[in-house]
Amino acid sequence: MLRLSVVNLLLVGILLLNLFMLGTSRIRALIHAAALQGVVLGAMPLLVGESSSWNGGLIAVATVVLKGRLIPQILRRALREAQIKREVEPLIGFVPTMLIGAAGTLLSIGFASGLPLAPEHRELLIVPAALSTVVTGFLLLTTRIKAITQVVGYLVLENGIFIFGLLLVEAMPFLVEVGVLLDLFVGIFVVSIIVHHINREFASLDTRLLSSLKE
Amino acid sequence: MLLVCLIALPILAAGLSAAFASERHRPLVLPVAAVAHLVLTLVAINASSSSVIGGWLALDPPGRLVLLLLSVLFALCAFYAVGYLRHRRELSNRVFVPCLLLFLSTTTLVTCSQHLGLMWVAVEASTLATAPLIYFNRTPRSIEATWKYLLVGSVGIALALLGSFFLAYASLGENSSLLFSDLFARAQHMSRSWLQAAFVLLVVGYGTKMGLAPMHTWKPDAYGEAPGVVGALLAGGLTNCAFLAIVRVFRICQAAGEGEYAAGLLVGFGLFSIAVAAVFMVGQRDFKRMLAYSSVEHMGLLVLGMGLGGSGIFASLLHMLNNGLTKVALFLSAANIHRAFDSKSIDDVRGAMRRVPLSGTIFLFGFFAITGSPPFGPFISEFLIVSRAFAADRYLVAGGVLLLLLVIFMGMGRTVMAMVQGTTSPAGERTSYHDGLLTGVPVALSLALVLLLGLHIPVPLENLLREAARFLETGP
Repeated sequence: MLRLSVVNLLLVGILLLNLFMLGTSRIRALIHAAALQGVVLGAMPLLVGESSSWNGGLIAVATVVLKGRLIPQILRRALREAQIKREVEPLIGFVPTMLIGAAGTLLSIGFASGLPLAPEHRELLIVPAALSTVVTGFLLLTTRIKAITQVVGYLVLENGIFIFGLLLVEAMPFLVEVGVLLDLFVGIFVVSIIVHHINREFASLDTRLLSSLKE
Repeated sequence: MLLVCLIALPILAAGLSAAFASERHRPLVLPVAAVAHLVLTLVAINASSSSVIGGWLALDPPGRLVLLLLSVLFALCAFYAVGYLRHRRELSNRVFVPCLLLFLSTTTLVTCSQHLGLMWVAVEASTLATAPLIYFNRTPRSIEATWKYLLVGSVGIALALLGSFFLAYASLGENSSLLFSDLFARAQHMSRSWLQAAFVLLVVGYGTKMGLAPMHTWKPDAYGEAPGVVGALLAGGLTNCAFLAIVRVFRICQAAGEGEYAAGLLVGFGLFSIAVAAVFMVGQRDFKRMLAYSSVEHMGLLVLGMGLGGSGIFASLLHMLNNGLTKVALFLSAANIHRAFDSKSIDDVRGAMRRVPLSGTIFLFGFFAITGSPPFGPFISEFLIVSRAFAADRYLVAGGVLLLLLVIFMGMGRTVMAMVQGTTSPAGERTSYHDGLLTGVPVALSLALVLLLGLHIPVPLENLLREAARFLETGP
């Protein structure tokens, strides 16, 4: 019972981080928040899983190191190179996106209650938290204009999917989880190289400049 | 073991090519690896199905088909790439060549993954391997295309991961593995609402990779800015791998008794893709973007045929081969025309048949082939898809498709005719490009294969097709 309420408490914390990320204009704070989310997520499989195994521990450590340390480091370096601090003029303002995010959270709770869950998962907030985090990631991806913020948005989207994966800790084989993490890391790495080139070519990370290709 | 070799061989070749110091000799790794891969593929396809690593890697009948197509396409493109890179000495191929080989390895992995999670990892890895290929030209426009490709593709693939998780949750129970054979066997006990949600997410996710409308937005940009050889590999190879992923999940849905729902979704996406392609293809000024929309159209036809079921499944699989090979002929000949005129706008390109006779002619015949004119292969498969729609009493679908195909024929025809006919425009006088052995023969060969498929499907290939169609039809 205690474990259950700890998990739910952490998930509520993740929901609050979602709202914070939608409301902040400082990119550094955004990266920190996403990293914190990643660290919390990394620890959670140990709390949710029935049995603790070597593989589970390894995955947890890998997730924490990757999402809490390596990826934020890559992003912060890109930020330093670009010499930007703030996300300015988002396509939709900070307060409105926060409200949309909150509405998305409510909708996720409603949607999740309609899906049949296994008895041991009914008390957990995993499905609404996962969907709401996915929505947050989408909002960051679509309403922000700086390339780095969009990358963080992708990271948050991935976090949301990871939360859903908590329901499957027993069913997902070790190899697949490692593969997913590896793909995420390489993906962020490739993206950061492209961000570097965008910055060099356009002297800015404003993705509105990337609009010469259209009909 | 053979499958492991098939996947490992291109990785080794990629490592070898990265270690090569000479810019001039590095591309030569490509044809060597491609031919070796093709030989191994032919052996693997004829070998009796054996699985390795606890059933994670095996070739199912549709996987065989896609693997064969992929290997043939890559072999054609590998020889072409050697010729192409000789014309692009000013750009380093240090990243380009290894990434091409990694593309081959990751897509091969997609074709033989029998595990839901492993397949996802392979598709995502193939996205990452192709991003540097699109950025080959190092121009601001190619950065933009790469950025959109990565962002849209990654979001799509993330949704596919969520869909895979949903599917895994739908099948949760005693001893639940995510091997396709196990999922198929347990299909009837799956939770319906999770399965339905999973299928939507998987179709949207892998459909993004495939370039179905409305998730196709990366396609014109990426195909427009990437070198033609990359466009050929993406349009003929990568998109079909995503299609294979959708087909495998569709089979599970059918076994679960959700076939009608899933098929409806596929038909809807198919029709919408063809319609969007028709709208954007009419009056398109950029001929590489025009080919990208043609790819959207044919991806639509593939899922449409699959959704119509019955003989539509055979037609769809045949169309996958036809479309893949025709796209190689079109993209590579378009790339040669692009080289010769140093422009991909139809305002600058006139008289391509005079300027580069071989490429111009192939481009013209490739256009006839892709729009479904006899005697080329796509005519037969498109005819089969439409006649399946009539046979299933889907008259509105059949009529709509025929009308849209006509619009596309006229829209594309106007552009292509203006490009190939007449006297050479001034833009064509400025460059010294001429069709060579390496940039000409692979293109002609791919068109010849398309013609062959239209006149006579070799018996072994027909057996492969029938086997794959039977494999997919086994729903309750």
